[in-house]
Amino acid sequence: MKIRNAQEREKIELNMTSMIDIVFQLLIFFIMTFKIVLPEGDFNIRMPLASEQTSAEPSETPTLRLRIRAGDNGLLAGVTLGERSFGNGADAFQQLHLHIRGLVDDEGGPGTASEQEVEIDADYDLRYDYIMRAITALSGYLENGQRHQLIEKIRFAKPREE
Amino acid sequence: MTPMIDMTFQLIAFFMVLINFSEVEQDQRITLPASQLAKPPDVAYEEPLTVQITKEETVLFASDEWEIDALSTPLMREAQIIKAYGDKSLKDVTVIIRADASVKTGKVQKVIQLCQEAEFETFALRGKQSDEDTLILQ
Repeated sequence: MKIRNAQEREKIELNMTSMIDIVFQLLIFFIMTFKIVLPEGDFNIRMPLASEQTSAEPSETPTLRLRIRAGDNGLLAGVTLGERSFGNGADAFQQLHLHIRGLVDDEGGPGTASEQEVEIDADYDLRYDYIMRAITALSGYLENGQRHQLIEKIRFAKPREE
Repeated sequence: MTPMIDMTFQLIAFFMVLINFSEVEQDQRITLPASQLAKPPDVAYEEPLTVQITKEETVLFASDEWEIDALSTPLMREAQIIKAYGDKSLKDVTVIIRADASVKTGKVQKVIQLCQEAEFETFALRGKQSDEDTLILQ
């Protein structure tokens, strides 16, 4: 190639419009197909079949019965675990959680957590929201970002009448 | 013009990184109850089956909307299809229940009962993640 002189340099013009058009097309595509998926978590529950209830299950720890009563419009009327009542105030589930923690956490002795079973007996009209809170209160707690498991076996009692 | 093109490329790169092709069955009509312990499962389910319950107490299942009483038919059909495939049994199926927070508990229990009648055994109740303490009622 002939070495050109500095003054004879040609200016090469590049038309950018087409590229910008395609880039905008791509951008619109990605914006339209953008889907905001919120993270969701699961709580596993054991649901023994009706036939299993007739067989005697010799478990060392008796099943705790959590009774949740509903008032008007399915709002919370009372939370009772066995004989102990936690009322229906704003901190009812918090108190339930602390009670369960005292029963089942490390102080309760090794192995109690995995053995303990809770049966949730809720009114028909009760809002499902409270069930989720009850399961949250029973299942565990977060401490310093670490999740500690409390009750592992949760099941529902037979549905009550409407 | 150059800064505008730079910003546009930035935006494209942002969306390209965030692109999510998974077809998660999540109907936007349903507001799940919140729980601070709700964490996505570490191990994906072998055979997840999603049953959604709206606040009008209809069930969204198999891309269709059903009344709770009419749910047995599609559930049985789904159970037969899974059994017919051979390598997966109904024991491996996890039924994921996505129910709106205001649904009556009895209705959720009825749905679970109908699933049990169709021989499904494992259930998972789904809630949305929450940073605030969900044990305190607002």
